[in-house]
Amino acid sequence: MTKPGQGAEGDAVAAPPVAITTAATAAAAPQAAASSAAPVIAPGADAESYEQQHVHSVYESIASHFSATRYKPWPVIASFLLSLPPGAVGLDVGCGNGKYLAVNPHVHIVGSDRSANLVRIARDHGGDRRCDVAVADGLALPFPPGKADFAICVAVIHHMSTRQRRQEAVRALLECVRPDSGGGKILVYVWALEQSNSRRGWDEGADQDQLVPWVFKSKTKTAGGGGGDTTYQRYYHLYRKGELEEDVVAVGGKVLDSGYDKDNWWAVASRIN
Amino acid sequence: MKVLSLNFLSCAVKGCKSSSDSYPLHPKDAELVQDDIEVNAQLLINLLPRIDWTALTTTATELGFPALPPQAPTPEELEADEAKLKDLHHLLMETQIMEGKLVCASCGHEYAVREGIANFLLPSHLV
Ligand SMILES: [Zn+2]
Repeated sequence: MTKPGQGAEGDAVAAPPVAITTAATAAAAPQAAASSAAPVIAPGADAESYEQQHVHSVYESIASHFSATRYKPWPVIASFLLSLPPGAVGLDVGCGNGKYLAVNPHVHIVGSDRSANLVRIARDHGGDRRCDVAVADGLALPFPPGKADFAICVAVIHHMSTRQRRQEAVRALLECVRPDSGGGKILVYVWALEQSNSRRGWDEGADQDQLVPWVFKSKTKTAGGGGGDTTYQRYYHLYRKGELEEDVVAVGGKVLDSGYDKDNWWAVASRIN
Repeated sequence: MKVLSLNFLSCAVKGCKSSSDSYPLHPKDAELVQDDIEVNAQLLINLLPRIDWTALTTTATELGFPALPPQAPTPEELEADEAKLKDLHHLLMETQIMEGKLVCASCGHEYAVREGIANFLLPSHLV
């Protein structure tokens, strides 16, 4: 089993994490220091249990808070969805709070997410039981091969902690859609390493495997101030330029279009056969 | 979970993907609700070519609906026949599985459906 930070492709071994003790420290420190290189995980633990701790359980805990800050569809994704032929049926793998499920009323989307709490929020996006969603793992999707017209996967695959798993996730998406000849396509969005203009300040040469804090602000303050805030550490793999396209090609995909959009790399791809 | 979506779901177990028995999943002890949704004729007509009619026939029968015709209507037939359109709308869009299970006929695994949400996370021995 490959460990995060020791990927088959020779991912850099991450430095020990910077301890973040309180939310106040995180806020006061320079923003770039708020995240820390992802630690090498303990021997015996595997990628799955690492992601359970640093991805799945975090989203389960922060679901409502996370959802409240993620309501606006990103323009590139909205325009992809609006460009689909009417009647198209597709998937939103890692649908989160469901903000993309109802962007285009002329297509039908089945959403899935690893977090049951987020899925419950997504189900009622735009009205009670309006959206169809399921709880599923990105590497064990409940979709028949080659049936969907499209699949989107936004801000999901960068949470997988080895390159092999990230490539398998792309392969799983490609398997769900019709082959290129049938017009099937996927849209994948991942966080970029190159984001020198963002408040986090990562750029080329930085460690690609990072733990990024999510501060859950508690409304009740203790006498000492700050009080009940909880900081969760989410694992991210930051994609360098070209890496997403490499991963698509590595699993038999064909990149139809790709680009950079506000600290993210994205690619539209199809399945060659 | 609308009946329409059942037409696009299969077993999550890798070894089942190549088996025709893993699709469609079979509802068991299903509790249905009927939502009142406005008919979107154009959406239905556009969806029709994407529907696996054989799988839908199986699902409809298992949910206790009257048997569907052996062949899917053509978009033209659907457009011209309001009753047919309404029936299909009722089945695909308005009928939701709220509680129960979805069963894979290949591996026998039962996926729970609660409050309209199916859970496809696999126990470790099936991953
Ligand atoms: Zn199965």
